[in-house]
Amino acid sequence: MSSLLKVNSLTKKYGNITALNNLSFELESGHITGLLGPNGSGKTTLIKIICGLLVPTAGEVTVKGNPIGVESKKIISYLPDTTYLSKSASVEGTINYFKDFYEDFDTSRAYDMLGKLGIDPRAKLRTLSKGTKEKVQLILVMSRRADLYILDEPIAGVDPAARDYILDTIITNYDENASILISTHLISDIENILDEVIFLKQGNLVRQSSVDEIRSSEGKSVDGLFREVFKC
Amino acid sequence: MSWNLDSDRPVFVQIIEHMELDIVSGTLPPGAKVPSVRELASEAAVNPNTMQRALSEMERRGLMHTERTSGRYVTEDEATIEALKKNIAYGGVNSFLSQMRKIGLGKEEILELIRENYEEGS
Repeated sequence: MSSLLKVNSLTKKYGNITALNNLSFELESGHITGLLGPNGSGKTTLIKIICGLLVPTAGEVTVKGNPIGVESKKIISYLPDTTYLSKSASVEGTINYFKDFYEDFDTSRAYDMLGKLGIDPRAKLRTLSKGTKEKVQLILVMSRRADLYILDEPIAGVDPAARDYILDTIITNYDENASILISTHLISDIENILDEVIFLKQGNLVRQSSVDEIRSSEGKSVDGLFREVFKC
Repeated sequence: MSWNLDSDRPVFVQIIEHMELDIVSGTLPPGAKVPSVRELASEAAVNPNTMQRALSEMERRGLMHTERTSGRYVTEDEATIEALKKNIAYGGVNSFLSQMRKIGLGKEEILELIRENYEEGS
């Protein structure tokens, strides 16, 4: 197992507010990591820096040894926490757009998942429900053959049955050497599929350990530990 | 679709318990081919790496073995499976007894209770 993502002394300030405070950690290839923390703990800021959408105040991030830039974007498949697709386009049209844009996009994989979730490729995005739109976005992101998938709140808006299907898709579809970083609040739904978790608290990394390590040392689920660490 | 795993105990341990039961009960008979890591991880709804680790541990315990090209198989050694069965039975009896003692039952009462219920159940 080699290091895929390296975050080194990363700090991000918005004016005099510190969003990320001297954060350092590494992610290995072939792992699924949960990025957990309460609202405002810096999860999305961290993700946006890794994806090259924000510039850090200090520190550095490398992906497979490369700094954030064209090379890193080629191998990162990113699901943002907001919709960015054109509402007037059809699902099919959006798939074609992704195919043109990303060399590693696997069209048959996308249609396969659409079929399993019963989504009509000809439908305009405007006509889809919020949950279905989220499914389409996730399908697009998971249809790339990337090295690192970064999913910001991927299952928040979808029903429990589709959530199970999506988690199964994640387990069965990602490449053995690819890694996934998932930020979510729905910890109990996903903790069985995670290798490890990272806890962020007010921009600080307060814990990085494997799910089973937490369960055997604390005698409770990651969800239970989260509720304890971040008790309001 | 998942295996109904508890959320407060290590996934790894629970996968092993589940598969040990499958072996002892004959759901995975001696010499049977074990499904792939991906298939099992998907069925159990767990992380593939954790599934892989659990299967390696079962190999280490002699319950499975890997043929270099064709995959993973359940042991054909009846003695190993018999020993595992005894182990699981002891575990069950022990936790049952400790619970019965906790609620203040003595040996005769416990035995009587078992006899009564055993006949009802059969």
